[in-house]
Amino acid sequence: MQRGNYMKKSKVMNSFVEAVSDIEDGSTLIVGGFGLSGIPEFSIQALKEKGTKDLTVVSNNCGVDDWGLGLLLANRQIKKMISSYVGENKTFEQQFLSGELEVELVPQGTLAERIRAGGAGIPGFYTATGMGTPIAEGKETKDFDGKTYLLERGIVGDFALVKAWKADTLGNLVFRKTARNFNPLAAMAGKITIAEVEEIVEPGELDPDEIHLPGIYVQRLLLGTDYQKRIEKLTVVKA
Amino acid sequence: MKDTHLKIVKRAVKEVEDGMNVNLGIGIPTLVANEIPTDFNILLQSENGLLGIGAYPLEGMEDPDLINAGKETVTAVPGASFFDSAESFAMIRGGHIDLAILGGMEVSEQGDLANWMIPGKMVKGMGGAMDLVNGAKKVIVLMEHVNKHGESKIKKECTLPLTGKQVVQRLITDLAVFDFTPNGMLLIEIQEGVSMEEVKTKTEASFTVSPELVSTR
Repeated sequence: MQRGNYMKKSKVMNSFVEAVSDIEDGSTLIVGGFGLSGIPEFSIQALKEKGTKDLTVVSNNCGVDDWGLGLLLANRQIKKMISSYVGENKTFEQQFLSGELEVELVPQGTLAERIRAGGAGIPGFYTATGMGTPIAEGKETKDFDGKTYLLERGIVGDFALVKAWKADTLGNLVFRKTARNFNPLAAMAGKITIAEVEEIVEPGELDPDEIHLPGIYVQRLLLGTDYQKRIEKLTVVKA
Repeated sequence: MKDTHLKIVKRAVKEVEDGMNVNLGIGIPTLVANEIPTDFNILLQSENGLLGIGAYPLEGMEDPDLINAGKETVTAVPGASFFDSAESFAMIRGGHIDLAILGGMEVSEQGDLANWMIPGKMVKGMGGAMDLVNGAKKVIVLMEHVNKHGESKIKKECTLPLTGKQVVQRLITDLAVFDFTPNGMLLIEIQEGVSMEEVKTKTEASFTVSPELVSTR
């Protein structure tokens, strides 16, 4: 049976304020990006304006003092960070040392896989990463073929905030270069995923073979303009 | 580049073989990239999702969507590929990376590595180091032999929290090169101009001397 031109409803929203309006205090957010590359700039700023508090944020890094997730940190909206590396942020250091901020450090590959697993309906998996280190404390282990592995849990978020390069109105996403990083995984693991992009086209304009993330994972789609795309460490060769 | 770093980097580049897929850690290991022979077919992996890191871009050509794991702007070589973070670590944990070269704070005589945390000081996080030491086919650590107070960084037991247990295969310092074998730590090379006496004095860990000991050239 052919479905003809059956097409789902557009997921495009026009207001970031509206897109984050139901993110309540105490929510768990999974946020894409690596350093300041591929971060959902506008969703983060909208959330700062909204002032949602007691957030648990799962993200590889925590931005810098005055940009990215660092904005939410400076505004004291984050209760707990789950990250692999947080060394670029002084606000983070102050809040962590004063006990205001709870931190769970997770090896980067374990973090990526925990998010992917969460999105894929896998509650836990075994990995050698972290064996014999403080990461293994209190965790179940199991031997496979003579080697010991740790049990790590999948992560699911109430919301995911992600940034892609292009999308069609159904939320099919295409990422650009290393700005992809944690974004597709984060999108999979959000109960509600808010994706912001630099260009939105009509369904059919993206080649199905070029789509990195199927729109099934995206609930809300927004167009951002004039992205700052700050560079953390500018390294260039003089011409 | 500091003289001690240069010695370490010059020796470390000999570990890179034509055709390898290599991950270089932040710090001294990153400097190895510049010394790899230009006729080698090497792909350098970056944990944030790039296999095939190129040179730094020309001024004005930098792209904020193209960075390495140290958050520096880079380029991609012909034949490079981009992927997400789960794919990146599948590649690492699945044993597809031939060689990982990492920096170290302490290495023990059992080949334990500590390089991510100093208790009581700011905790920055381990990034991808714990995954790399458990996943790469070969793990080599580069570090200065002693700290700024002159104390040995090669310990009987690591005093800092571990990154991985019995994970280092080879250690390259500004004074010597050691291998980690089932029979313990083995001194295989001494850097040119360094005496055995100096290596012994500055190494807290116990080691045996290889019968094939050579001077690094």
